[in-house]
Amino acid sequence: MAMKIGSKPFFGRVDEALQDEFMRKAMSSAQDRLRGKKMLATVEDELVGDWEEWRSAGEEIRRHTLDNLDFYLDQLSENFSKRGGHVYFAATAEDATRYIQEVAKQKNAKKVTKAKSMVTEEIGLNEALEEVGCEVYETDLAEYILQIDDHDRPSHIVVPSLHKNKEQIRDTFRDKANYTGTEEPKQLAAFARSQLRETFMQADIGVTGCNFAVAESGTISLVTNEGNANMVTTFPETQISIMGMERLVPTWEELDVMTNLLSRSAVGQKITTYVTNLTPQLEEDSVDAPKEFHLVILDAGRSKALGTEFQSALHCIRCAACVNVCPVYRHIGGHAYGSIYQGPIGAVLSPILGGYEEYGELPFASSLCAACSEACPVKIPLHEQLIRHREIYVKEKAKTSEKLAMKTFGIGASSPSLFRLAVKGMPAMMKPFVKDDSISGGPGPIKLWTAVRDFPAPANSNFRKWFDNHKRGGGTDG
Amino acid sequence: MAEGMIHNKTDFLATISTKLGREQSKQVTRPDWKHRPQLEILKKTSSEELAAVFTKNSIEKTTNVIQTDSAQLGEVLLETFRKYEGGRIVATKDGRFSDYGLDVVLADSGAHVWNSELGEENIEIAKQAAIGVFFSDVSLAESGTVVQFNDKDIARSVSLLPLAYVAIVPKSTIVPRMTQVSQTIHKSISEGKELSTCINFISGPSNSADIEMNIVIGVHGPIEAVHIVVADR
Repeated sequence: MAMKIGSKPFFGRVDEALQDEFMRKAMSSAQDRLRGKKMLATVEDELVGDWEEWRSAGEEIRRHTLDNLDFYLDQLSENFSKRGGHVYFAATAEDATRYIQEVAKQKNAKKVTKAKSMVTEEIGLNEALEEVGCEVYETDLAEYILQIDDHDRPSHIVVPSLHKNKEQIRDTFRDKANYTGTEEPKQLAAFARSQLRETFMQADIGVTGCNFAVAESGTISLVTNEGNANMVTTFPETQISIMGMERLVPTWEELDVMTNLLSRSAVGQKITTYVTNLTPQLEEDSVDAPKEFHLVILDAGRSKALGTEFQSALHCIRCAACVNVCPVYRHIGGHAYGSIYQGPIGAVLSPILGGYEEYGELPFASSLCAACSEACPVKIPLHEQLIRHREIYVKEKAKTSEKLAMKTFGIGASSPSLFRLAVKGMPAMMKPFVKDDSISGGPGPIKLWTAVRDFPAPANSNFRKWFDNHKRGGGTDG
Repeated sequence: MAEGMIHNKTDFLATISTKLGREQSKQVTRPDWKHRPQLEILKKTSSEELAAVFTKNSIEKTTNVIQTDSAQLGEVLLETFRKYEGGRIVATKDGRFSDYGLDVVLADSGAHVWNSELGEENIEIAKQAAIGVFFSDVSLAESGTVVQFNDKDIARSVSLLPLAYVAIVPKSTIVPRMTQVSQTIHKSISEGKELSTCINFISGPSNSADIEMNIVIGVHGPIEAVHIVVADR
């Protein structure tokens, strides 16, 4: 399924979302709570000091790392392999899934457990593993909910099942997994625990993403709360971690800063319940550690941003702080973006990774209020990048359909008689749509505008008529 | 131990260098960072104050905290075990149990001490256990966090599989925050020392807010957590 969610056009998805009352309430309530928690853990936490200093530290570290990405990736891969780990550099999503399929086949793997990872969603890893005969188990509570609900797609980077309420989850568990309990979150979580407990132990391969890799030691750091990532990386014989190529820090000292920025910005915690730092096992003498460790480093379009005005989009640490303040996301929710990366960062990243053809309209899903840029813990100028995307997209479009529209306008505007006819005819043409001097539900080019707000009805008069009348000494209202 | 394989590195890194408009960097020096707010947190805080901050933040993370001294530690540990009504106990293999005179407590409680020679049997016991008990290697005041440097004896399962974990926190292990552990690890890497295969930062029982943003305590990891803060001998 990869990055794309749904097959409807963007505005169709937006319409659908705007009709979904529950989803909209869920989004606004979740945004308020996540934003409130973040404020308490950042600008309102006296102990943390000046939060702006933290943001500057984050920006400084990310910029240096991305400016020297080749060096640090080289260092990471050398240190990881020195400890016996295997590194695969994947230029495309297909390269990554092919390699992981090969590992699964070599290991004769039947069961795979997974911790939450957006990059594995991006490359469509579950489907790839199923193709080679593996059963794949999502173990993060939110991902587990989505998986048993017929592989529903994530609507938020940090809380992927945000669009579902507890009653819906209860019904899904009941219909798909013979659950007999209530809609109490505690009971629902306990059910997931009981369902997955043995699976963790039986899995042949454990798959994770990577919050940060540490170049100096070849370490993969996972920032989590549920304990499932620890289960996934403790019991299977083989571990495979997949990281976007930009998700690394030079040393443990920078890991400290980035972990703090991520925990506080994403979930308003001083630190998440688990920060698990995994390096391939030197001696292979532990009973409860993987014997084989593979690291897949993914480009899949990221390098297109390097050396361009979009390079700082790769500074993103996937905290979703920008998503949690976005007024557009609040109204349309995650699925309307049609990408697994949603909100402002999704609207910036998706066209870079997936192209303008597929995701070029997403940068228009923004009021350009700049709340996203202010919320970003590593100071990505998101609203400026959205504007730049729009410019590029419009330029691209102008080469095709808009060029035709402008040509048509040009013909009309260059002929006085045609222009007069169009201006004169407009009030009559619009008459069926006019009510109380305004148009709602208008046709053609004003259809999208009038779907959400009124458009003023064309005046019966116009400037030319008024001017002629004025010259003749008539009244001012033409 | 054989080195692992690295695939496709040359082309991959060449693409990055080309996009960045230069040759591949062979040597990069980390800059002296202009912004280092992490160094200011709980700076010049006394050991007593750090212990108080650690306690407060552990409680905030729904962890039970018990303060004691080394003379009382055995009794406190037994009392903690009793609360779990005879459930099985699993402990890491750690010389500090003996240093603190806790071997007897573990033996009297019928605790299983991790023994890697027994292989999978250890995991089966940990799965059934009510309590996993271990020492914190470093403890973070800012967040009420205990840290384990896992290896074949300080097994990962002990803090993960039982219903509750009990961490013994010598007061001397408490530092302001992650910064101090990170600096120590960075220094030891620079000196060529090998890193533990898992460095685990644990802050209370497992939890999730995935269902309507309601916090649920106890998901896949422990459902309860206890930090026993021990005054140094």
